[in-house]
Amino acid sequence: MKQILVISGKGGTGKTILTASFARLAEKKVMADCDVDAADLHLILHPKVKGKHEFKGLPKAFINQEKCTGCGECAKACRYGAVLKVKSEKLKVKSENQKYKSEKSEVRSLVIDSISCEGCAICMHVCPVDAISMKDTISGEWYISETKYGPMVHAKLGIAEENSGKLVSVVRQHAKSLAQEKNLDYVIIDGPPGIGCPVIASLSGIDIALIVTEPTLSGIHDMERVISVAKHFGIQVACVINKFDINLNNTKNIENWCHINNVPFIGKIPYDQSVTESIVHGIPLVEFAENKVTQEMKNIWQTLSENY
Amino acid sequence: MIISFASGKGGTGKTTIAINFALSLSQESNHPTIQFLDCDVEEPNAAIFLKPKFTKTVSVGIPVPVVDFKKCTYCGKCAEICAYNAIAVVNPVGYTQTKRNTTNIETSATSTNQVKRNVLIFSELCHGCGGCTLLCPENAISETNREIGIMQIGKAGTIEFIHGKLNIGEPMAPPLIREIKKKRLGDKEKRRHGGNDQLPINQLTNHQVTIIDVPPGTSCPVIEAVKGSDFSILVTEPTPFGLHDLKLAVETLRKINIPFGVVINRDGIGDSKTDQYCKKENIPVLMRIPMDREIAIAYSNGIPLIKINTKYEAKFSELYKKIINEFNKRK
Repeated sequence: MKQILVISGKGGTGKTILTASFARLAEKKVMADCDVDAADLHLILHPKVKGKHEFKGLPKAFINQEKCTGCGECAKACRYGAVLKVKSEKLKVKSENQKYKSEKSEVRSLVIDSISCEGCAICMHVCPVDAISMKDTISGEWYISETKYGPMVHAKLGIAEENSGKLVSVVRQHAKSLAQEKNLDYVIIDGPPGIGCPVIASLSGIDIALIVTEPTLSGIHDMERVISVAKHFGIQVACVINKFDINLNNTKNIENWCHINNVPFIGKIPYDQSVTESIVHGIPLVEFAENKVTQEMKNIWQTLSENY
Repeated sequence: MIISFASGKGGTGKTTIAINFALSLSQESNHPTIQFLDCDVEEPNAAIFLKPKFTKTVSVGIPVPVVDFKKCTYCGKCAEICAYNAIAVVNPVGYTQTKRNTTNIETSATSTNQVKRNVLIFSELCHGCGGCTLLCPENAISETNREIGIMQIGKAGTIEFIHGKLNIGEPMAPPLIREIKKKRLGDKEKRRHGGNDQLPINQLTNHQVTIIDVPPGTSCPVIEAVKGSDFSILVTEPTPFGLHDLKLAVETLRKINIPFGVVINRDGIGDSKTDQYCKKENIPVLMRIPMDREIAIAYSNGIPLIKINTKYEAKFSELYKKIINEFNKRK
């Protein structure tokens, strides 16, 4: 079983389009979408969700307002600026001879900004009155689904949540065990943009990372950085250019760069409007049309499946 | 004023819009002080277009623990409190025991000399929260800086330019983004205008505008980059991918209460659903840039749009006025 990852460094170079076409071209495989904070592969493959699971992120801090004395020790210790002082009307409950008397007074109370909180729990440890506890939060969902092209594992990170790297690992792990269980040949992964934690989590243990770039100065810059990351972790890479005919000079420079840096260059896809049309129709391009673009995509898949 | 350019989906034209906006604004006769912060530290591209001259390079790191083994009693407290499993104590003595009786430890340490104790630090997992340093009962932990990237400061014409570059193999972008954002000027202006005041449109000279180029996605690096913005521009393209990710970006900004408008790039491709969505959700579409091969080619060579088609200069100035209008309209 081989794991193939499609990444790019720069966003919008055509990762998902190419991955969706591989879904149609590859025989025995499981698909995985590891761009967990802006996943798009499902818009083409239309998965039917068979199993839905919660993803727990790092627990976040909560302040028990009844216990909190407002001393501010937590705010002093927090390095993420996650303890906010807010003005609020706090209901003070005092007990006097078994009788509860409540009085309203305006106080400054401390609250945790859960978006800034990184879950380190230092506030809980320094709080002198034990007013802070750490609570599990659901920071996303992941799914095992069925598509017309075979099984698919995908996820949705909650809005403004962290830990996308961990969620990527969860998706990867389940895609892999599904492939092993069903005796499939490939795990084909649509990767995230960038070079940070979700990309690093996507790269671990991959057999080949296919880099999709475009012949723009930004595309080249970002490709070089993401290839450095892959090589840093000892992952084999191969490169393709999308929309190569937008700038033939840059295309040539990329081919040369790949040659000098020992990166196998395995295809160049021309620009064609059919690509956008296939997205609008929600159909993998190689199924939607028959043209120069689809021919090149087929060649790329053939090279990949024969050589790696 | 702080204006951030975000998108959800990558490759929709955030950097293009942000740099052309900065350049157009800087060309006005009484332009504000303009600062450009490229917070896409994983893949910073704005410098390709603005070609700044850098005058300063700063190493940016996060504090990671260093153990003074002369003081360490291997009590295990640090490993116990670390939420990221970035510190491990091999064969800990047991924290409760140390607390109760230190002499006890010494004897047990000498008597079990054959037991190898150690403290292992996994720096790449460390978030730099400082918990271990603060809570170590023996004060045996201090901090050292581990570089995660660099920040470069310079000038592109009259624009103050700052970007960050995350080191290769480094997973965590937010601390570097945080460091870049400490340099922002736009806040000072807000204070001058008393926080929530309306911004005047025509008196530009005394203004300070900070333009932030945000990374793609909706997770922590995005939040770190957009946080504190007065207004966000969401750049999208009218395709199902663009729309799907635009909706995520809209949810994100609504969650953190930042007013925003949309710029539709490559207008004319795909379908009309993006327009329908914006209309339904009452989101202002502040600018449109048509699909144009000439623009794509200029982009591929690192040439700003306004250099090949000067009519866009006026359009971007118009965008600034619309942003201030929208900003003033907010509740």
